[in-house]
Amino acid sequence: MHVVTFTRSTPDTAARLTVDADGCVSQGDAAMVVNPWDEYSLEESIAQAEDQGGTATAVAIGPEVHEEALRQALAMGANAALRIDDPALAGADSIGWATVAAATVRRLDDVDLVIFGKEAVDVGSDQHQIQTARLLGWPFIGAVSRILELETGAGSMRVERSLEHGKQVLTCRLPAVISVLKDINEPRYPSFMGIRRASRASIPVWSLADLEITLPQALTMEMKLEEPPQRLAEAELLPGTPAEQAAALIARLEKEQVL
Amino acid sequence: MSAVFVWVETVAGAVVPLSQEALGAGAALTAELQVPLVALVFGENAAAVASDLAADEALVCEDETLTGLRLEPCAALLAKLVRERQPHAVLAPGTIRGRELLAFSAADVGASLQTEAGDIVLQSDGTLQVERPVYAGKLTLTASGSSGSAQFLCLRARAFPPAAPRVDADTPVTRVEPVLGKNDIATKIVEVTSSAGEVSLGDAATIVSGGRGMSANPAQPPPDAPDSAIWKAQHGFEHTLTPLAIELGAAIGASRAAVDAGYIDYAHQVGQTGKVVSPDLYIACGISGAIQHQAGMRSSKTIVAINRDPEAPIFRLAHYGLVGDLYEIVPALTAALRARSGAG
Repeated sequence: MHVVTFTRSTPDTAARLTVDADGCVSQGDAAMVVNPWDEYSLEESIAQAEDQGGTATAVAIGPEVHEEALRQALAMGANAALRIDDPALAGADSIGWATVAAATVRRLDDVDLVIFGKEAVDVGSDQHQIQTARLLGWPFIGAVSRILELETGAGSMRVERSLEHGKQVLTCRLPAVISVLKDINEPRYPSFMGIRRASRASIPVWSLADLEITLPQALTMEMKLEEPPQRLAEAELLPGTPAEQAAALIARLEKEQVL
Repeated sequence: MSAVFVWVETVAGAVVPLSQEALGAGAALTAELQVPLVALVFGENAAAVASDLAADEALVCEDETLTGLRLEPCAALLAKLVRERQPHAVLAPGTIRGRELLAFSAADVGASLQTEAGDIVLQSDGTLQVERPVYAGKLTLTASGSSGSAQFLCLRARAFPPAAPRVDADTPVTRVEPVLGKNDIATKIVEVTSSAGEVSLGDAATIVSGGRGMSANPAQPPPDAPDSAIWKAQHGFEHTLTPLAIELGAAIGASRAAVDAGYIDYAHQVGQTGKVVSPDLYIACGISGAIQHQAGMRSSKTIVAINRDPEAPIFRLAHYGLVGDLYEIVPALTAALRARSGAG
């Protein structure tokens, strides 16, 4: 049984971000960390592989900065890590990314399940995950909160997903692609031995030529990246007893027609 | 003849509120493009729902394979309809199902796709430029689809005025055939639990949220409570925040700190690893306002912070600040609102 999870490095969640004149994002002195949603997909892939005596592989697509996330994956207990890097990846849109991801999964050959974290915070999207499934021709189930059964022998699984207005339990043929939410597990902390092993690991890098693919023409153009306007005004503080504070707030909300 | 498609999501045969926003956005776009607005409604009760929609035409499929709106049959059908009718743009609410559907179908037909789209601008070459939050809302990206392909957009929640519902609109309904047969589909829905009746965070016009400060509840836990702080916070969500939420017709939110401490279920988490919301009114109670929480609620129109620490970062984001004990202020607010609605 082989589980693959795609991950990436993103700026520390507490970092303030700025954009320079060239449109490059800077997080100042803050560290790069594993994409926050991927902590749960990494944990789930490692736990499922452990349960079934299988292999968990972590893959990152992009430049060297993403090795940070891969070393975290190895430190947590992933069996293997792999990075895809190529100059042609600059400017790739979601379909371009998915083309690379799907080719990587095909090349790994024996994959039963691909697990993503809910979204990538840098691009603020999950469309590249869903399109990876489509290009593979595999089913996609997003927002999974529990894997109830995973039978790689029988080639099926049963999962619970959390939608906006309730939950669904689905059965699904394998291989498949899923994305998982935070409530699916409690991510482990890497062990000391794990961190040591990860820091020494050499992570193979494949190019698009290794995957024998070229990228499709990008259909989405990024035009401008900027910081949203900051609110300069401080909050208006409403003093007094709790009853006076409540009355003052209601008066202001009525004036703004929020109430 | 071109058109703008709007996929209308239903839950148990009823239109979800964000679909009305998608129809509203679609109406603005069709007025500019001078093309018809075509609503797509799949699954149970589709025809009945479709005839009341604010659209020029509705394409409807009620085949049983579409019940519960499984991704594969919906995506195959959408791709077929796009190939047949060549719409200028395809819009969908940015819900889980909406995002999955448009991503699958965009890959099928080679369309450009943008999620969390707001501020749609029709450019002279026919492409749609949108603004969308990236890096958990810390930055804004302006992006555009390329000309020569259909423009697929998943819309940001509460970023577009909803279409006025038309009762007896008598929208012309065209029935279409499904693409996939029962045995072509790899997934099967075996169980559905509905939380209809609760106000969902994504749809809510008002959200009342609690944070770590919820544990400062003066109520005394029973001697057999395993954890005093958890009991106090849970009691506070139920007996202090919920009455205010009921009075306001609001959904209940929570900070990551409150969820991780076990005070409330993850489904309520607002912020970077929870939900991103933009209600008209957001009332943060006992929430310090970590940057990860701000990422999930900063686009709320009016923000009220109730916190006993006047230095809490939430006061730098809030429009109105009430410094004090939430367990005194929230009941006073609930009582005042109750008196107001009683008097009104």
